[in-house]
Amino acid sequence: MTTLAMTGRPLLQVEGLTHRYGSRIGCRDVTFDLWPGEVLGIVGESGSGKTTLLKCLSAQMEPHAGHVVYDTREDGPQDVFALSEPRRRLLMRTDWGIVHQHPVEGLRMKVSAGANVGERLMAVGARHYGEIRGAALDWLGRVEIARDRIDDMPRTFSGGMLQRLQIARNLVSRPRLVFMDEPTGSLDVSVQARLLDLLRGLVADLGLSVIVVTHDLAVARLLAHRLMVMRAGAVVEEGLTDQVLDDPQHPYTQLLVASILHP
Amino acid sequence: MTASPSLSLAGIGKQFTLHVQGGVVLPVLAGVALDVAPGECVALHGPSGSGKSSLLRLVYGNYRAQAGSIAIRHRGQTIDVAAASAQTILKLRRYTLGYVSQFLRVIPRVPAIDVVAEPARAVGMTAAEAERRAERLLSRLRIPERLWSLPPATFSGGEQQRINLARGFVVDYPVLLLDEPTAALDADNRRTVVSLIHEAKARGTALLGIFHDAEVRDQVADRLFAMRPPSMAA
Repeated sequence: MTTLAMTGRPLLQVEGLTHRYGSRIGCRDVTFDLWPGEVLGIVGESGSGKTTLLKCLSAQMEPHAGHVVYDTREDGPQDVFALSEPRRRLLMRTDWGIVHQHPVEGLRMKVSAGANVGERLMAVGARHYGEIRGAALDWLGRVEIARDRIDDMPRTFSGGMLQRLQIARNLVSRPRLVFMDEPTGSLDVSVQARLLDLLRGLVADLGLSVIVVTHDLAVARLLAHRLMVMRAGAVVEEGLTDQVLDDPQHPYTQLLVASILHP
Repeated sequence: MTASPSLSLAGIGKQFTLHVQGGVVLPVLAGVALDVAPGECVALHGPSGSGKSSLLRLVYGNYRAQAGSIAIRHRGQTIDVAAASAQTILKLRRYTLGYVSQFLRVIPRVPAIDVVAEPARAVGMTAAEAERRAERLLSRLRIPERLWSLPPATFSGGEQQRINLARGFVVDYPVLLLDEPTAALDADNRRTVVSLIHEAKARGTALLGIFHDAEVRDQVADRLFAMRPPSMAA
């Protein structure tokens, strides 16, 4: 019996990733591969280490042990923490996107919506004002923000609009890998559905690879191909999303699934 | 048998360990062996609790088998669902293995037509071709055109089941699993489903299903596969 030949190689290879806060464990010995076009969900309750792991993966924090190897466009697989600081910064600005739970962490609140989107393009070398404004308009449209809001300041936007603006700012530079931390966490339920639908569409259309942290198993089911379940800093179960949710093996995953309220 | 099976199960064992309820172990299946040839429809037959739906879920990779192999022919290769990686199972589901479950899992805001067309787009059809196929199936299954652009969340049970059926037949999967596909349907729509199954068999699709409706079962199934609750099987 053969297994399917995997096309190409992983976009991200993570090995033995560990981060401690003093003597306390943030995340411990996390190992996995992320494939191109794959959406990986990281689930678990508050304090399970999901956000710590995401911050280490996305180079917002340096791990105490382990490796994160990213398949760069120019030079193939590179250890992210062995890159020079400017190279790492460039990677994070261009090839990666980071969508924070609270949009204000990912946006510049003192410049217009259009400038928030255009700024990312200028960071990768775009200089032509008309083209930058055109791309900003296009992306506002794709995240369902009316074109006539382009010159408005973000503080005049609702929570859902801010989150969509943050997504546009991240995707305008055509990243290949996007990290999301509870992307729907700060939104009302009705607004969540719209954002989820939008994210599903964008991820499929752009063939993005995504690592999304969420405590909401319904969000995980809708977005993720594969799930990792974390508890006390360690991955306790991993697999196909619907298999993990419908036939959980680990006692903790069973508890998590059994604790969901069904309306 | 001349054609080698599209689906071959051997030694399938499944039990649930309920850690939340003190580690109670529920045996579901033991030693299940079954082949389904191209163009053949096998009906799982047995009382409720005999593990029919669980077996379909195991084949789909939705449940994890503790023992045995689930071999499916996929683009000239043989994949063992019981041992395959998540990526491999997703590819298998995209191109080879369809599953019509009893209940539609509704995605907020997505119109019925897109719910149906999505699997066709995923195998590489153009949006226009996928939509044409979706429209044809929705028409055949008598979903009124005014509903096509609405999300199915508010549809009746029967309408949701027909959306699910249309989604399952929009791609010509070589292996198709059907869990009570006609449970909530009227006579006209049952006849349509019987036709869809006959057409799939003619294309060489291997079908494994649960059909409570005896009339439908008699019309589509080439043979029955008897299942018993595990206590009686022991």
